Amino acid sequence: MLLAQADLRLNTTAIDYVLVAFYFVLVLGIGVVARRSVSSSLDFLLSGRSLPAWVTGLAFVSANLGALELVGMSANGAQYGIPVVHYYWIGAVPAMVFLGIVMMPFYYGSKARSVPEFLRMRFNATTQRVNGVTFAIASVLIAGVNLFTLGLVLEALLGWSLYVAIPIAALVVLAYTVLGGLSAAIYNEVLQFFVILALLVPLTVAGLARVGGWDGLKQKITAAAAGNTDQLHSWPGTSLTEIANPTLSVIGIVFGLGFVLSFGYWTTNFAEVQRALSARNMSAARRTPIIAAFPKALIPLVVVVPGMVAGVLVPQITALKAGGDSGGITYNNSLTLLMNEVLPNGLLGVALAGLLASFMAGMAANVSSLNTVFTYDLWQDWIRPGRSDRYYLQVGRLVTVVGCILAIGAAFLAGSYSNITDYIQALFSFFNAPLFAIFILGLFWKRMTGTAGWTGLVAGTIAAVVIDVLTRVNVLELSSQAGSFVGAAAAFVVGVAVAVAVSMVTQPKPDSELVGLTWSLTPKESREHTTTGEDAGWFRSPVTLGVIVIVLIIVLYFVV
Amino acid sequence: MSDKEPVDTDAVRSASSALFDLRTVIAILFLVYGVVLTVMGFVSDTPAELAKSGGIDINLWSGIVMIVIGAGFVAWALLRPLKPPVADEAE
Repeated sequence: MLLAQADLRLNTTAIDYVLVAFYFVLVLGIGVVARRSVSSSLDFLLSGRSLPAWVTGLAFVSANLGALELVGMSANGAQYGIPVVHYYWIGAVPAMVFLGIVMMPFYYGSKARSVPEFLRMRFNATTQRVNGVTFAIASVLIAGVNLFTLGLVLEALLGWSLYVAIPIAALVVLAYTVLGGLSAAIYNEVLQFFVILALLVPLTVAGLARVGGWDGLKQKITAAAAGNTDQLHSWPGTSLTEIANPTLSVIGIVFGLGFVLSFGYWTTNFAEVQRALSARNMSAARRTPIIAAFPKALIPLVVVVPGMVAGVLVPQITALKAGGDSGGITYNNSLTLLMNEVLPNGLLGVALAGLLASFMAGMAANVSSLNTVFTYDLWQDWIRPGRSDRYYLQVGRLVTVVGCILAIGAAFLAGSYSNITDYIQALFSFFNAPLFAIFILGLFWKRMTGTAGWTGLVAGTIAAVVIDVLTRVNVLELSSQAGSFVGAAAAFVVGVAVAVAVSMVTQPKPDSELVGLTWSLTPKESREHTTTGEDAGWFRSPVTLGVIVIVLIIVLYFVV
Repeated sequence: MSDKEPVDTDAVRSASSALFDLRTVIAILFLVYGVVLTVMGFVSDTPAELAKSGGIDINLWSGIVMIVIGAGFVAWALLRPLKPPVADEAE
């Protein structure tokens, strides 16, 4: 283990630290300057609904480019090869387009400030509270996971102890979010997006140059797998799904990953949706997730490919793939090992800044969405209603501080789990899948009642927890990945079934209260947006952009 | 909300929001990184170091690309400056 630690240390020099330090100066500077433009709780918590679409769109991608994404997907690239692109192309892009075209008119048009608030409008206050409380808990737990992985990287790369690294990382995120609120978080996310690209693009170029280009990479992967080319084709992806039958594997990818998990995550996760809600108007809000879908479709080229390069170039990872002794190294180390292998000093500093940025992006997104939900949905609408806006602005700042402290605790909790990816996938199946179920039902079925909203949520969560427990104690013989997929599917089905049953015996809301909240009662005009001035032009039409990005992923699928 | 404030704060606000134009911040980041990497690329180009990144002087090329991107953001920010009233209209 000591040996593994020494292997992981980056060969950094003074110039690398100067580049990292410069990045942190900019990050904190944004927080300080953003503070001047914060004058109300709406400014702090929703950026005053004033941001242009390219800013919210890039923040939307960046909020998801966290620790797990970058390290986990390059690790998957090293282990499985090209099939990992499914996580991006079928597992994200269609849901993002759906969010922009179908759901955003309801989210943004209802003027709800959060997902729970939308649930209060469509269903009732109990549904809002149930979702608000579960969301707050989930945010702290997931912020803890991000913080823990960040601490791990600092420990491995720089030799800092976890007990020093975790609080310091929390302090930096705290400093800029408490100063500037959501604007600072979003502006930093956009900056993070560019620094992460400045890490990934040179890494991919240099890595490919080392293995003799794309053809060289293909040859080496084929040779390493003794002529088997599964790792070079996206379909049927049997190694990824752990389903031996190719047809069932394709079905599993399309329905499991492409429908239940991905739509559940992208369309109801407030950490994501919040980025679109802070756009300056309906047109910008609808374009936000669709603009985000373009970089999302292309990111695997610079995440999965370097992972694949690491799989044939980095000696420890090659040994791991061949089933040999890797000296405590896991696939999770692929990205950092490749950085050390191919990047010279200078770019190594940029890469380190990009890596730290990606870890902070995830945590900042969790913390800034937590304080919006806590302040508006739990504090203002429930516990302490009717105070001044200034009071709620103070509450928002305080919650940010408390949230960061709790996240430090949650980081050490996450550290006690042996496999972090399993932990986080279980969390998603508990919280996002049932929410997606009642959301879709409530949107297209106006008869669905308020009581059905929260009972469906609770029943779906219980179903997912039951599946998780049964998988853990081996009553259900499933791999952890298949377990969270079955859990998500069960949560969806049980959520819908309970909501339908309860709706049959309870009183629906009158149609007049549901205008703008369900599909059939919302006039087509109010689902549209202005197409003049700054929103004119075909390239600003959400539907046109959505079609272009879907065509893009179809073309990409033909390539591999 | 801003219409309740004295008139002169609007001027302060627009000045700070121009400074706070995100495009300027991105430009600063890329220009500084670009210049440092370009210099690094010229200084350290021994065959051993070039071999590390497969024969490409990756510091130099990344530096040049970053300077170009940084300049692009400067040009965008200069050609289409922020219009401060946009935020106020939304309120």
